Amino acid sequence: MSDLSYHRPASLAEAARLAAADPDARVIAGGQSVLPSMRLGLLAPSALIDLAGIAELSGIRSDGRTLTIGAMTTHAAVAASKDVRAPLPALARLAQGIGDGQVRNRGTVGGSVANSDPAADYPAAVLALNATIRTNARSIPADRFFTGLFATALEPGELIGTLDFPLGAQAGYAKFPQPASRFALVGVFVARTSNGVRVAVTGAGPCAFRATALEEALTRSFTTEACNGVRVASDTLSSDVHGSAEYRAHLIPVLARRAVQQILA
Amino acid sequence: MSVTIQLKVNGRPVTAEVRADTLLSALLREQLRLTGTHIGCDTASCGACTVHLDGRAVKSCNVLAVQAQGREVTTIEGITPADGTLHPMQAAFKACHGLQCGFCTPGMVMCAIDVVSHQPHATEEEIRAGLEGNLCRCTGYHNIVRAVAQGAKAMGR
Amino acid sequence: MSAAQPLIGRPIERKEDYRFLTGAGQYTDDITLPQQSYGSFLRSPHAHARIRSIDTAAARAAPGVLAVFTGKDLAGIGGLPCGWLIKSIDGSPMKEPKHPVLAEDKVRHVGDQVALVVAESVAQAKAAAALIEVDYEPLPAVVDTATAVRAKSAVHDLAPDNVCYTWAIGDKSAVDAAFARAAHVTRLSIVNNRLIPNAIEPRAANAAYSRADDSYTLYVTSQNPHVERLLMTAFVLGLPEHKVRVIAPDVGGGFGSKIYLYAEETALVWAARRVGRPIKWTAERSESFLTDAHGRDHVSTAELALDRNGKFLALRVHTTANLGAYLSTFASCIPTILYATLLAGQYATPAIYCEVQAVFTNTTPVDAYRGAGRPEATYLIERTVEQAARELKIDPAELRRRNFIRSFPYASPVGLTYDTGDYEATLNRVLDIADVKGFPARKADSAKRGLLRGIGYSCYIEACGIAPSNIAGALGARAGLFEAGEIRVHPTGKVTVFTGSHSHGQGHETTFAQVVADRLGLALEDVDVQHGDTGKVLFGMGTYGSRSLAVGGTAIVKAVDKIIAKGRKIAAHLLEAGETDIEFTRGEFRVVGTDRKKAFAEVALAAYVPHNYPLDKLEPGLNENAFYDPTNFTFPAGSYVCEVEVEPDTGAVRIARFTASDDFGNVINPMIVEGQVHGGLAQGIGQALLEGCVYDSDGQLLTGSYTDYALPRAADLPSFRVDTVKGTPCTHNPLGVKGCGEAGAIGSPPAVMNAILDALAARGVTRLDMPATPYRVWQAIQAASR
Repeated sequence: MSDLSYHRPASLAEAARLAAADPDARVIAGGQSVLPSMRLGLLAPSALIDLAGIAELSGIRSDGRTLTIGAMTTHAAVAASKDVRAPLPALARLAQGIGDGQVRNRGTVGGSVANSDPAADYPAAVLALNATIRTNARSIPADRFFTGLFATALEPGELIGTLDFPLGAQAGYAKFPQPASRFALVGVFVARTSNGVRVAVTGAGPCAFRATALEEALTRSFTTEACNGVRVASDTLSSDVHGSAEYRAHLIPVLARRAVQQILA
Repeated sequence: MSVTIQLKVNGRPVTAEVRADTLLSALLREQLRLTGTHIGCDTASCGACTVHLDGRAVKSCNVLAVQAQGREVTTIEGITPADGTLHPMQAAFKACHGLQCGFCTPGMVMCAIDVVSHQPHATEEEIRAGLEGNLCRCTGYHNIVRAVAQGAKAMGR
Repeated sequence: MSAAQPLIGRPIERKEDYRFLTGAGQYTDDITLPQQSYGSFLRSPHAHARIRSIDTAAARAAPGVLAVFTGKDLAGIGGLPCGWLIKSIDGSPMKEPKHPVLAEDKVRHVGDQVALVVAESVAQAKAAAALIEVDYEPLPAVVDTATAVRAKSAVHDLAPDNVCYTWAIGDKSAVDAAFARAAHVTRLSIVNNRLIPNAIEPRAANAAYSRADDSYTLYVTSQNPHVERLLMTAFVLGLPEHKVRVIAPDVGGGFGSKIYLYAEETALVWAARRVGRPIKWTAERSESFLTDAHGRDHVSTAELALDRNGKFLALRVHTTANLGAYLSTFASCIPTILYATLLAGQYATPAIYCEVQAVFTNTTPVDAYRGAGRPEATYLIERTVEQAARELKIDPAELRRRNFIRSFPYASPVGLTYDTGDYEATLNRVLDIADVKGFPARKADSAKRGLLRGIGYSCYIEACGIAPSNIAGALGARAGLFEAGEIRVHPTGKVTVFTGSHSHGQGHETTFAQVVADRLGLALEDVDVQHGDTGKVLFGMGTYGSRSLAVGGTAIVKAVDKIIAKGRKIAAHLLEAGETDIEFTRGEFRVVGTDRKKAFAEVALAAYVPHNYPLDKLEPGLNENAFYDPTNFTFPAGSYVCEVEVEPDTGAVRIARFTASDDFGNVINPMIVEGQVHGGLAQGIGQALLEGCVYDSDGQLLTGSYTDYALPRAADLPSFRVDTVKGTPCTHNPLGVKGCGEAGAIGSPPAVMNAILDALAARGVTRLDMPATPYRVWQAIQAASR
């Protein structure tokens, strides 16, 4: 840690070049996950590549069909944005429920999505809303992005530029917080579009995933009752002192019902 | 690697040599001797180190000093009037007995000011939610919540 | 100069708050000394292992390193002592294995300190510590409280069955006889969950050695600096006590965890002379979780025998108490003297017998945490009483009423004599404030929202004002439990009070000043209170057991009385009157029945400028000290009512209402007292709902950070209804005060759990342990529905 070097590139391309050149470098957005990991000695990068100087990564834009959120946009900015709150109030509420006020003032959308923390909130929204992750190199559909525990489809040196959320969906998000960390013990994001229903779950497995049984049930009948009959298998779910896999499996339809209720209300 | 940074702390320009991994809290406490900003944990959970960065509450143990380059930092010392009086939020904490051991207090006050500046008419529930990032082990929060409501009113006057 | 009087009984804003609110407090880590160096401890990653060898060469060669010390360097130094000797039923003394300052042959819990590295910076010390190579031979870990005696491994060779002692209190044969004729017996298994104290200021120390006069100065996060010094110098390091100054500056909360003499500050003092520079160490929170003494951790069975009218006949209790890997400073007396003696609670149960088996495990040492033994006793009694009420279909408040102690003094069958109390009054009061009558309507309203609502009671008693030294001594205490105070009147009549009661949130600087200013007829700002420095304060036994005002405050009152007595002599001389004709009221010495008088400040000035002064009979100056040893414990008591709402589909519990009515005797500053209750309630509710220290079977701490150990946050708690106004004054101290610091933490856990069990009764749930996390509540509902 003592030899740590620091870069503050001015463009995404330069940041990507720096990241590609040093596999032990760590890109830092808001730093709300990177810095605690470094302090606890869980992470010892050779260099930090700070994205804060890259103007193109900030801001929220909407053209009426797509909501584009820059990777360096903070959770607080997403929560407060009219462009988010009007078409996707569930996404704004999700942002408002991340961490605490201080963390929301620093933590970023891009950082959260790229980190793929198993209990982070955004991955559920990205998956359920079928967002597109635009990097310096390509566009990655949400369904191919989250690949495992703290793992994504991003290649070395590949950085998120923006997240594109298609508009038009009705959405709800219900989170049951882990009592200590306030991360999602389980979080369920439900999106209803003309093409059907997508349900994504965070907190319950190694990374966010879609709950297809719930999607099918809700596509057949978009009612709270439809969730009640769905049994979620627990065999691939996480288990820890805060809840067994069975408990998490039980919570998924319960929270899906609450998310559906938000949409129907 | 050491980096030279320039920032404003409590209204005064500061130039400092820091290592890349120096936390903002360490810059404040150790280099600038502003020891009102406290460290209570190593997971960015307790909020005792809360300061304002460009007017918004952040946990200074979870911000690198280099990330404060060119920005404005305000600590508990910075909101304290020089004439021996108190900021309305500090005064409300005193009047409502919103502190006991005092360790979480600077962070709590800095967080409270940020909360009520965005929600001047915050309800009890909103105040409690707004304080989610700050741990207090002494007060049970009861009097802190009262203090924040009273401080909000005083700040609005 | 006389201010608005009286100050006693008024909610006066705190004198200490300005410095805390402005960031001007001086906590241990805020203090940096010239030539400061920094210490870091290498800690055991194993719960139990033999140390084959330690290689420190690489660490010593690392940049910035000044010294590296291991247990070998400290050979010949004593172990950290335990201050209370408990004897087993068979008369044998407890097993007292050595608690080394740095590990010697073995490590016995994760976090056990193995080496101290001193370097120019914290980062360098930490980096070097990581270079120390320790060859460990891992051994099987003893972790579980209930099964420690059957474990195949021994934490200490001298306790092969891991038993430190098996102790008992009460009349076993009387209890057995009562059970034989009981109409009903309620039986219950009770787990009192292990907690981690979590003062928000982590422990810290800064030790300096001065070659000039061969003396030491230690800044440390301590609740009792004199005790710290006494134990460290006399029992561990063998240093001359008068050459060691211990300063506990502003301390950011204690709750028991900063009472003890810890290895870290002891090692720092020892090393400061060898390094020749001051050494500072501040715990990282991860270290605090592993090394601050934990609390509670009892596994018990309780049996209550009742007659057909619901009168309690006898209580039989067996408790296994986990002491952790070593005996911490007061560990042995917590599950015995401070626990089993409270098992009568508020009830006139004629016979009680309790057996306590205390065990060593490969976990962090366990000692007093807010309430210390009394919460465990209260939880056991109040859960049992509520279950008995449910089994007998008697209203739980009514069952309690039938069994209340009603005449005082009351000698309990477990060794204590309650001086005063009125349990019916606090119960009636709380039922009223909590609007218990309106509960059915609120329950129906909750049901409409799909929520299960429950109500729970708790009537607690505690023994505070610890303690009469002779009684404590007879029970095994190795130290006195008096308190000391000094009143220094300055020539201008301003006053500095020195007290051995350290303040780390309790507001002594205000409360004690209210007492002194009132007695001397001074303005509050003319009285300052100093504490926490062995170089200033004459002596002190420190702050714990809700003793500060009852014991420390009384010592101050005694010293004030001496000041007034001497002042009367001086005034008699100045006024040319007989001493017996002088009365002292509202800051003035007056000749009875005349307008001839001298103000307090005039008398003070005369004492320091003794030109017209009876030098032949009286020393000049106006400075008095007093030591006070109480004649009994104090017995605060109260009644709490909790209402909860449970979400049946997630198991989430919300505290809907919490109401407390406490009898603390007289109250000096009601604002501060209510604040103490709020804080205690939050810790008790935290124990009931959120906080649980969990080790895995290898002895690794699974709840070692705030991301896994749930400390209550603002949104977890309601606003409280607290009533502390009317009380029965303590009969044996001049202020009539009882102590209020621990009540909330003692009384609240059973109220919460009784409420949850009431809510879940309709679902058939009868068994639930703390913490009642959503997961655990959900599991209980599932188990009951099978």
